Amino acid sequence: MINIFEVAETNKMIEQENLDVRTITMGISLLDCMDSNVDVVCEKIYAKITRLAGNLVSVGESIEHKYGIPIVNKRISVTPIAIVGNSSCKSTDDFIKIAKVLDKCAEELGVNFIGGYSAIVTKGMTPSDKLLIDSIPEALKVTARVCASVNLGSTRVGINMDAVKMMGEIIIKAAEFTKENDSIGCAKLVVFTNAPDDNPFMAGAFHGVTEGDAIINVGVSGPGVMRNAIATTKGESFDVLCDTIKKTAFKITRVGQLVAMEASEKLGVPFGIIDLSLAPTPAIGDSIADCLEQMGLESVGCPGTTAALAILNDHVKKGGVMAASHVGGLSGAFIPVSEDQGMIDAVLRGSLTLEKLEAMTCVCSVGLDMIAIPGSTTPTVISGMIADEMAIGMINQKTTAVRIIPVIGKDVGETVEFGGLLGYAPIMQVNNFEPAEFINRGGRIPAPIHSFKN
Amino acid sequence: MEKGVITVVGQDQIGIIGKVCSFLADHQINILDISQTIIDEYFNMMMIVDITSKGDELGDIAKEIAKLGQEIGVDIKLQHENIFRKMHRL
Repeated sequence: MINIFEVAETNKMIEQENLDVRTITMGISLLDCMDSNVDVVCEKIYAKITRLAGNLVSVGESIEHKYGIPIVNKRISVTPIAIVGNSSCKSTDDFIKIAKVLDKCAEELGVNFIGGYSAIVTKGMTPSDKLLIDSIPEALKVTARVCASVNLGSTRVGINMDAVKMMGEIIIKAAEFTKENDSIGCAKLVVFTNAPDDNPFMAGAFHGVTEGDAIINVGVSGPGVMRNAIATTKGESFDVLCDTIKKTAFKITRVGQLVAMEASEKLGVPFGIIDLSLAPTPAIGDSIADCLEQMGLESVGCPGTTAALAILNDHVKKGGVMAASHVGGLSGAFIPVSEDQGMIDAVLRGSLTLEKLEAMTCVCSVGLDMIAIPGSTTPTVISGMIADEMAIGMINQKTTAVRIIPVIGKDVGETVEFGGLLGYAPIMQVNNFEPAEFINRGGRIPAPIHSFKN
Repeated sequence: MEKGVITVVGQDQIGIIGKVCSFLADHQINILDISQTIIDEYFNMMMIVDITSKGDELGDIAKEIAKLGQEIGVDIKLQHENIFRKMHRL
């Protein structure tokens, strides 16, 4: 029988350490919504999403009450829209129509984000991919809940540098289109290499073509729980530290698995994966930076930070894998700046730089995430930053991403306020020496040598 | 049998158990076990209750009992036992 101390431990995690299930994301295939007429496509999309996800929010809420644990987000991801609109969208305006339908579905169903306004251009770009990418700035301006992503490279095939160049320009354009709101459009746009098909986290969630008709993916979290667990190991060896992280990750993940199975059963949609992630929020104590500093770093960004993050990331996976029946998505520690008060503090005190963040992305789950930079940054410098991240992902056989926000009209020393889960961020210094000649070469970076495994 | 876990945390006072028990009787919920202790200087009581027939009603009952807690001035929660079982048992 469960004892009172175990019950108290669990409830302390929930009440005092911000333990939550970060997201239940329903992935929905829109492949059967294709048509040659874009209006028909929109009608089919609306009908399918509202039919399958009609109860998503209410089921999520009933699970919250049953177990007494918050489920912060209920979200939807769909098949990359560049594929869905391939035979019907003849202009960017046609794609905007689909974006508006997605936004309408999200609003009516009460979900805060819907992901999948995406293109997979790893090796090349169809005319439809190009139109979708061109439409992204407008789509992010005229919708509130639609998230866009573009996959630019992979370990298997290399990096599409034409697309990398294009995305530098698109990011600046998305920033300009939403400049009245601190360029918030860019907070809903992420570029990837090795993007997973089953990621439940925004802004990069989409329902890949390798998936079934519909699926439930769940993202767990709990940096606050992890931070307090790490705090109990002060002065102990790395062996004790690593063991503690594993045990804590196991406990957190078991809750995610429970919620995922229940949601799957109640919605009549198969369970997909658990994303073993530590995702911070702006709430005090719910911070990855705090976890790293509890290991013994004076301030995140100081020497030792990359090693500390590697320990955290690896042992979250080791603990979580045994607790979940299927693991997928991004799985690891996220290191966004704006959504993590500890990261923001480290930037403000001068210990955390963009270059150190880049090094940290070599050992964590994603990449340069929610980083505000001066609005005057050139598209080619942004493309250069993207190319660096894509190369890290390609060579190290991992997912990497870039979600940076060039804030139009603001410069280093100022801050930008996004609100809600997105938080606020200090504008960070960028190395502005120009890679333009490099970026403008065009073409592809060939697949790396270790991709030839057949 | 499906079991629920009720926890009461806060300042000890006269009549807490009585009020919780009458609430449960009103809702036709049987008590299987009661234990209590002091953790971090707070009164902690735990009840294991039978919720087999409650199904989707459980969420609503949990909301009502939390409200009762607010009236008494303590924190009362009703949760399905699986959250604790999954976290603490293989």
